[in-house]
Amino acid sequence: MFKIVSKDLFSEKVVKFVVEAPMIARSRRPGHFVIVRACDGGERIPLTIADADVKAGTITLVVQDVGVSTHKICSLNTGEELTDVVGPLGQATRIENVGTVVCCGGGVGVAPLLPIIKAMKQAGNRVVSVLAARTKDLIILEEQVRAYSDEVIIMTDDGSYGQKGLVTHGVEQVILREPVNQVVTIGPAIMMKFVSQLTAKYNIHTLCSLNTIMVDGTGMCGACRVTVDGRTRFVCIDGPEFDAHKVDFDEMMLRLRSYN
Amino acid sequence: MEQINKDDISASRNDIWRQQLRNNMSAKERTAIPRVEMPHLEPDYRVSCSEEVNCGLSVEQAVTEASRCMDCPDPQCVSGCPVSINIPGFIKNIQRGRVDIAAAVLRNTSSLPAVCGRVCPQEKQCESRCIYHKMHKQPVAIGYLERFAADNAPIADAVAPTPNGIKIAVVGSGPAGLSFAGAMAQYGYDVTVYEALHEIGGVLKYGIPEFRLPNSVVDKEIHALQQSGVKFLRDCVIGKTLSYDDLHSLGYQGIFVASGAGLPRFMSIPGENLVNVMSSNEYLTRVNLMGAGSPMHDTPVAHGKCAAVIGGGNTAMDSCRTARRMGAEKVYVVYRRSEAEMPARVEEVIHAKEEGVEFLTLHNPIEYIGDDKGRVCAMRVQRMELGEPDESGRRAPVPIEGAVEQIPVDMVIVSVGVSPNPIIPSSIPELEISRRGTIVVNDCTMQSSIGDIYAGGDIVRGGATVILAMGDGRRAAQSMHEALSKQR
Repeated sequence: MFKIVSKDLFSEKVVKFVVEAPMIARSRRPGHFVIVRACDGGERIPLTIADADVKAGTITLVVQDVGVSTHKICSLNTGEELTDVVGPLGQATRIENVGTVVCCGGGVGVAPLLPIIKAMKQAGNRVVSVLAARTKDLIILEEQVRAYSDEVIIMTDDGSYGQKGLVTHGVEQVILREPVNQVVTIGPAIMMKFVSQLTAKYNIHTLCSLNTIMVDGTGMCGACRVTVDGRTRFVCIDGPEFDAHKVDFDEMMLRLRSYN
Repeated sequence: MEQINKDDISASRNDIWRQQLRNNMSAKERTAIPRVEMPHLEPDYRVSCSEEVNCGLSVEQAVTEASRCMDCPDPQCVSGCPVSINIPGFIKNIQRGRVDIAAAVLRNTSSLPAVCGRVCPQEKQCESRCIYHKMHKQPVAIGYLERFAADNAPIADAVAPTPNGIKIAVVGSGPAGLSFAGAMAQYGYDVTVYEALHEIGGVLKYGIPEFRLPNSVVDKEIHALQQSGVKFLRDCVIGKTLSYDDLHSLGYQGIFVASGAGLPRFMSIPGENLVNVMSSNEYLTRVNLMGAGSPMHDTPVAHGKCAAVIGGGNTAMDSCRTARRMGAEKVYVVYRRSEAEMPARVEEVIHAKEEGVEFLTLHNPIEYIGDDKGRVCAMRVQRMELGEPDESGRRAPVPIEGAVEQIPVDMVIVSVGVSPNPIIPSSIPELEISRRGTIVVNDCTMQSSIGDIYAGGDIVRGGATVILAMGDGRRAAQSMHEALSKQR
C-alpha cells in the first residue's frame, strides 16, 4: 500500500498527488514512469513520475481525471492509499548538454516534462519551455517550470492566458528566431504528432514520451506496442521516449482508442 | 543426487507392505483393469463459466488406478520425470490408503505436486515410459494420481528448521522462484521473494487459466511457504525498483533469478498492430490476473465474436478456450504444421475441440486486415503442406503456392512464443547472457557468471514447462546451499 501524503487540485480535473514510495523515489530518473492500481479490482495504468523527494521518500504524480481508473485515483484523499505503485519503469531520458532545448508540454503532459526541464537546465542547456492548454485554468506547474527555464512561452487555445494559438506556434517562434538543437515534447498524441511534423520540417532532433495502454508495464503483455522506424517496439521497456520523427502516431492514436 | 534417489526408490520397494501389495494381485488381474477416466464437466456447461474442467478422482477410482501400477523393479516412469519423482512409491501409498505419505513422497522431489499433477505433460514424460505401453495398453494415470495425492493429503506442518540468519533474495514468484524459496526455507535461510506484479504466483496466476489450474490451488502452496517463513514483496521489480547493488546493501548473500519469459513474440506481418490483435500474454493477463469481464473489475478486454488464436502450444489452447468462455461464438486455432506436430498437450487439444474450437492446421496467417477504425476484421491465411524435417526434427511447413484464403475475424490472439524478460539481463551488465537473451548458467549448479547469482526457469530455458522450472529451483537451492555452507 502506498500512502497519499498530499493532494492538490490544479484544476477540477487535474490533481497532483505526493505518494509515499521510498524505493521508487530513490531509483527514479527523469523520464521514468510507474504503474498504479488504485484499489483491488482496479486497472493497472501507467503514470509518468513528475518529481521525487529522496529524503521524504515520496514521488509526485499528476493525474487527469479522464476515465474510470483515473477517476478512482483522483477521488482518493490525503491519508488514503493507492493499492499498488510499481516502478520506476521504462528507460530514463538521455540528458546531455546539446545547446538550446525547447521543451513543450500540453495539458497534463507538463508534469512528466518538468523533471526533464530541470535535468536539461542542470546539464547546462539553454531551456525554452512552451506550455500549452485549452484555457488558462489548465496551464499547470508554470511556476516550477519557470524556475528551471530561461524563457517560458504560454499558449492557450482561447487566448485566455499568454498567446492565443497552438503549441506548434510557440515552438515555431523559437525555431525562427534562434538555433534550436533539440525539442522534447510530451502531451496528447495528436499534439506530439504536430510538433513532430513541425520539427521534422526544420530537421531538429525531437524526443517524445508516449503514454500508451499498458497492463503489466514490464514487457510481458505487448499492449503498448508502437511502430517506430518501421519496427514494432514496446513503450514500457524500449520507451517511453522515442525519436518523434520515427513514431507512427496515427497507428498509436488508433490503438489508444482500443477500448473506447 | 540422481543415484541416491535411485537407491532410495529401490530400497523403499522392498518394504514389507509393498511386497504384500505386489503379491495380492496377479499381473493378469492388474493389467485387466481399464485406465481410469478423469471425471470432468460437460463442454456445454464449462464454456459458460471458469470452473475447473477436470474434477479429480474419487478415493475409489484412485485406489483402483493405483492398483494397476505393476511396481516395476526398474521403473521407467521415474526416468521420464524431469525431477525423478519416486512414482511407484507415491502410487503404492495411495493404494494402501496412505495419501499423507503419498504426498510426502511427492514433496521429497516436487515443490508443487498439486500444480504439476494438473499441468505437466505426463503423456510425454512419466506416462510415456509406462510398462503398459509394451502391452499395448494405456499407461497408469500417473498425473491424475499425483493430483489426487496432493489435493487430498492434509497439509503437513512444515518442520520449522533452525534459522541460520542468512538472507536470500528471489526474483520472481513463478514455479521456479516458489520451489527455490521453499527449498531454501527448509534449509533454514531467511528468504524474501520479490514479485513485479501485484499478485504472487507468476505464470501460474497470470497465464494458466482458472479452468485448468484454480488460483486456490496456487494460493494453498503460497500459504504453505509463508507458514515456513518465506516473505513475499509485491510491486517490486528487481533491476528497476531495487538494483543488484541494493540487494547487497540489504544484506542478501545469494540471489536466485527466476524472472520468467517476458516478451511476447509477434510474427512481423502486416496488420499485426491493428486494434484487437494482441499477444496471448496480454489476453490471458487481462482475464486471469486482472479479472477482465467479471463484475467489480475495471480492466477491459476485447470480446470478439469470431476469434483466431495463432499457434499450437498450451498457451494457444488456454487462449482459445478462454475466448470461448468470454463469449466468442467461433474460435479458430491457426497452426502452420499438422496436429501431430502440435506442442500442446493432447488433453488440452481434446478439451478445446469438445468446447467447439475449430482447428485450422497447416494454415499460416500472412496478413491482418482492418476496418476504417483500425480494428481487425479479417485475416489472410496461407495453406501449408509438410516438407522435409527441419532442425527441430519436425517436418517443416511449406506454403502451397496460390492457396491463400481470407477469413473474417474480429479478434486475433498471437501465441507464437515468448522471449526472456530483458529487465535483469539489461540491468546487470556483467551477467553473461546468451544470444537468445537468456541467462547463461552452469547446467548442474544453476550458477550464473556472477558467483552469488543463480538462475532458473524460463529466464534460463527461454520457454519450458512448470516442472522443469520447478526442478531448476530445487537444483539451484541445493547448490547454493552447498556453496554457502562451504563459505561458513
